[in-house]
Amino acid sequence: MIALLIRDLRLAIRTGGGFGLGLAFFLIIAVLVPFGVGPDSVILGRIAPGILWVGALLSCLLSLDRIFALDFEDGSLDLLATAPIPLEGLVGVKAISHWLTTGLPLTLAAPVLGVLLSLPEAAYLWLILSLLIGTPALSFIGAFGASLTVGLKRGGLLLSLLVLPLYVPTLIFGAETIRRGAEGLSTSTPLIMLGAITLGTLAILPFASAAAIRVNLR
Amino acid sequence: MDLQVVDLGVARGGLPILEGVSFTLETGRVLVLRGPNGIGKTTLLRTVAGLQPALQGRISLDPEAVAYAAHADGLKSTLTVRENLVFWAQVYGTSDIAPALAAFQLATLIDRPAQNLSAGQKRRLGLARLLVTNRPLWVLDEPTVSLDMAAVAMFADAVQAHCAAGGAALIATHIDLGLQSDTLDLGPFKAKAPLQDDFDEAFL
Repeated sequence: MIALLIRDLRLAIRTGGGFGLGLAFFLIIAVLVPFGVGPDSVILGRIAPGILWVGALLSCLLSLDRIFALDFEDGSLDLLATAPIPLEGLVGVKAISHWLTTGLPLTLAAPVLGVLLSLPEAAYLWLILSLLIGTPALSFIGAFGASLTVGLKRGGLLLSLLVLPLYVPTLIFGAETIRRGAEGLSTSTPLIMLGAITLGTLAILPFASAAAIRVNLR
Repeated sequence: MDLQVVDLGVARGGLPILEGVSFTLETGRVLVLRGPNGIGKTTLLRTVAGLQPALQGRISLDPEAVAYAAHADGLKSTLTVRENLVFWAQVYGTSDIAPALAAFQLATLIDRPAQNLSAGQKRRLGLARLLVTNRPLWVLDEPTVSLDMAAVAMFADAVQAHCAAGGAALIATHIDLGLQSDTLDLGPFKAKAPLQDDFDEAFL
């Protein structure tokens, strides 16, 4: 399974691997919003938590259909399904490698983009913390959506529609954490909810995804 | 390691296509599946490989014994020959890729990205993967597609060596490999039964 993780990361950073796609998209959103909304730092500061979380969520969404589609097209998925790796483990590794190439870079880049959006100073810690805790859920939910649509050609639209409602709780609690942090309120409730969602998806979705893949490979 | 298939029925897309297939494959033997296009060779092989459930009948086999090779080779185009092979070796818990490289004469191509290989070279790399799996039963679907005569001979040698070392191979192919093999024609097993009215199947 470590070999699979290394292979996926290696594929991601090679030509056409799609590493940086989500990051670039995130950057574009964060740069464009001040132009669209105007330079008023009070307004920007108020909407910054939401914009950053929506941006992170959409950036994640952008690369989801690649999680299994590429392996399905070149036959690797069939071969991996017959290999001595449990499918649940395969899904877990795929989701982790998606997070390492999308969620983690987003988390690291977010503070810089927070400056562009005049995010209040008190919110930076919560920005990083909420993204760090929340983005793994985005990857695992995304891997579940990708496994449901794995056999479909151009399944991206269906995948987005399936996954978006599942992303909403993460978005709400993620943005809420930052907003409360910025206003100096207690952040423990949304942060705990965020952590609970992530842990729940980590525990359940690999099994659901593996079952979906088994059906789709028939 | 014997493969025993008893009264097997398989379906593709919910439609039964083969029924009553029975055969035994003993260690050291090669069984060649024949039949016209669409008879269900691929579906039968996928069922034996454990990728889809059988409609009826029984397959007695340790699922950990199968190395499956399909039409697609499962190669990553941006990885080199070495990286592709080493990856599969690690997945199967082995480490030595030298015999596989030698058997399919890939040593000179080892640092070339898979996207720069010809179709035949890709196929050879895909077949070389079988050697690093270290599994006894090879289940092969049209393994000789896009191979030239020399490469087909290489492949036949590899299968022969594998069988001599206590393996077995189940191969769907249209060409004569020049191997000591048994042949099973799937034509007579074509399913006659009408579509099963299985309500649940629509939701799976």
